[in-house]
Amino acid sequence: MTAVGKRIVGITVFAAIVCVVIGLYIGLYLTNVPGSAAATETSAGAELYLGTVPAAAVNDPHPTWVSYYAVDAGAKNWQHKTTYVLPANTLVHVTIYNFDSASALRNNWFGQPTGTVGGVITLDGKTTQGIDPDLASHVFSIPQVGLAVPLEGISATAKNPCSNAPCDLSFDHTTTTFTFRTPGKGLYRWQCFVPCAAGYIAGFGGPMQTVGYMDGFIKVV
Amino acid sequence: MSASGEAVNVEGTRHWRNVVLLWLLASVIMVPVVVFVLGPGLPPGNGSVEASGQTSDNIVLLALATPVALGVLVYLGYALWAFRERTPEVVLDGPPIRGNSSVQFWWLIVTTTLVLFLAGFGTIRLLADGAGGGQGPNPLATPSVPAVGSRLVVQVVAQQWQFNYRFPAYGGVETNQIELPENTLVQFNVTSLDVIHSFWAYELGVKADANPGVNNIAYVTTKGPLLFHVRCAELCGLWHGYMFNQGQVVPKTQFAAWIAQQRVKFAPATKTLPPYSKTYFPHAQRRAG
Repeated sequence: MTAVGKRIVGITVFAAIVCVVIGLYIGLYLTNVPGSAAATETSAGAELYLGTVPAAAVNDPHPTWVSYYAVDAGAKNWQHKTTYVLPANTLVHVTIYNFDSASALRNNWFGQPTGTVGGVITLDGKTTQGIDPDLASHVFSIPQVGLAVPLEGISATAKNPCSNAPCDLSFDHTTTTFTFRTPGKGLYRWQCFVPCAAGYIAGFGGPMQTVGYMDGFIKVV
Repeated sequence: MSASGEAVNVEGTRHWRNVVLLWLLASVIMVPVVVFVLGPGLPPGNGSVEASGQTSDNIVLLALATPVALGVLVYLGYALWAFRERTPEVVLDGPPIRGNSSVQFWWLIVTTTLVLFLAGFGTIRLLADGAGGGQGPNPLATPSVPAVGSRLVVQVVAQQWQFNYRFPAYGGVETNQIELPENTLVQFNVTSLDVIHSFWAYELGVKADANPGVNNIAYVTTKGPLLFHVRCAELCGLWHGYMFNQGQVVPKTQFAAWIAQQRVKFAPATKTLPPYSKTYFPHAQRRAG
């Protein structure tokens, strides 16, 4: 083989390797979609249980990031999923166990729940029309459907706080429940409105800008 | 001058005449099409006085640009057709290109006149109908239509990733939806609680940056009932593409009923809001890291 021929073969092999590597990268990127958790359907509607923690599990890629998790009714089974599958045009009863402390709202307006049935939530079993904005830890909000629910944080002097997920109900926590009606089929996004990303500029970097932590999707089917 | 030179001159004159005639014909046909057929459909439409003004400006600009574009296209098309090689088996060099001072002179005169006119037109129209653009806390352009009665002040509060609206004349109530009364001068005071956003109410002809710590004022004079779309027009983070909602211009009685309902609905939140201010600087505690 001539020198030119060897050069052409070399370049071709190199280009093929580069293409395979790029293809693998794209393939892995496209298939690395966060998992989803479906609500449990009952005769009274659907039930969804979520947990919020000050830091993800220690083996998480970001073990210091605040995050949501899908849990079960007893907060035993923790799954790091932020895409929630809900039935369309259905009443969904949501329970959120919050193990994080307060960061305070930037806009006090979000201290009042909106979009829930009756415009109310229950906080640790008590029905309320809102919480003290300075005690807000997170907001579970689906802006496209007008839903926004403030979650009160645990006390700054809590004696038994949970540091990383998973957290069972023996740790200090608040329990917020509410009911809302899902819209028609579609993909909606949810987010938090409390600047809770400690260590990031204005509290809105890191987990607040990353799907899989304080942001996710509601897949209405 | 030789006989062949005279023939070239006669031929050249004929080509110029053809190009000019074709250009005039195309312009006579296309300019009315642009003004009367395409023009009314140009953005942003006729949803407000300001939007109508912007649409008129766009029609004028397009009407002026049309003959210029046609001149280029006609010249190109004519050259391709008239100077094509008719005997491809014989490849001949073309005649030498020489400057034409008359053409250069008129080209400079026409293009300079057009550009200067557009500069003047743009400046005058900006002052006349530029009220829909955010102009900072001290607007230069004021609404072209005098206000009937008092203006309605609506504060647009942007934050990642939602627009809220505050009505200082109605107890400072804040809402996540917007309705406006018809035939009313509205003053938008646009600000942000975090990063830079842009309040773009497309059909109203309003677009104003929302900067933290800045009161950016834009005006709109509503017309009749209208459904309009609000979008963020400044890349502002993860959910920028989802930062949108819809608003309505409604009859005044309907607006009065709606705002009264909002005051009741959001009474608990209103109690916790800071006093109405043109800008808000969140407490350090609310800025986390």
